[in-house]
Amino acid sequence: MSVGASWYLTLAAVLFTIGATGLLIRRNVLVMFMCVELMLNAANLTFVTFARSLNDIAGQTAVFFVLVVAAAEVVVGLGIIVSIYRRRPGATADDVHGLRG
Amino acid sequence: MTKVLAVATIPDAITFAIAAAICVVGAFGVVLARNPVHSALMLVMTLFGVAVLFVEENAQFLAAVQVIVYAGAIVVLFLFVIMLLGVDRSEAIERDPLPGQRFIAVCLGILGLAEVLLLAHGQWPRGARSVSGAQGSPADNVRLLGRSVFTTYLLAFEVTSALLVIAVVGAVVLARRPRRALGDAIPPGADEPLDGSPVADAGGEDAGGEDAGADVADVAVTGADVAVRREAEPQAVDPEAIDAEVTRP
Repeated sequence: MSVGASWYLTLAAVLFTIGATGLLIRRNVLVMFMCVELMLNAANLTFVTFARSLNDIAGQTAVFFVLVVAAAEVVVGLGIIVSIYRRRPGATADDVHGLRG
Repeated sequence: MTKVLAVATIPDAITFAIAAAICVVGAFGVVLARNPVHSALMLVMTLFGVAVLFVEENAQFLAAVQVIVYAGAIVVLFLFVIMLLGVDRSEAIERDPLPGQRFIAVCLGILGLAEVLLLAHGQWPRGARSVSGAQGSPADNVRLLGRSVFTTYLLAFEVTSALLVIAVVGAVVLARRPRRALGDAIPPGADEPLDGSPVADAGGEDAGGEDAGADVADVAVTGADVAVRREAEPQAVDPEAIDAEVTRP
């Protein structure tokens, strides 16, 4: 028998927290994006864990869709980052405040 | 840990411990690495650890997809963009616009984790079971997941395909270099709204004033003149040249 679900959920919470904290700490837009991926993976781990503990395949289906949406999000996000860097090289997240109001 | 070992078999517990350690170390590496390339490689490490945990939880198909799509495609995309934009993007910490923000962020993260772990002790309502069926044995994983995706969640699956097409088109539109494309595709006299876009101005920022003046006069110019001026635009043309060109009949 496998390790209990609570351990997986704890690990997922730790991963999510590391990702969220990194998103707040880092200024590099690319690294911030990777932290978002980290958070998505933590959520995926939670989905799979509940799919196992509730014996329900829908959790894994949700992970499937999260993967697709994450791929689309990365494509669009990296396109935005490339176009930002083309305008002003070396931009961090603090330099991009054109919509600040 | 003794309780885990009592419930789980020893190989499962060891696998979980190693994979969890890999995940956490990789996650810290993503956040703490100075070089974005190292961050991306640490992200690969975390993704592999999560894939191992997926196998451990009878999600074999998702483990394969995780390695192929995430570690194979998404991280390679990250690395492409990092290499394209230059590796040496070190963050200037000394000109931090929000002093103390990192410390507060770490405190917030620890608080959030503590909150989640405290809330996890409660008994939460589960709601109704889903209509897509049980998870089944490991050998049935792909079959059951495929049936769930292609019957119960068929509409969501189709909408997903539309989402991917939109994402691809959006990425192409975002990453396109606008100036060269505009010079060819523009009809005569219809250039005014497109020319004012900030991306077109990026080449010659110091020539912004003359640029705007030329744009106002540009409406009267024929299409051939527009094309000529557009080719000369990146060199931040001098006003006399523009005036001569505009007044040319």
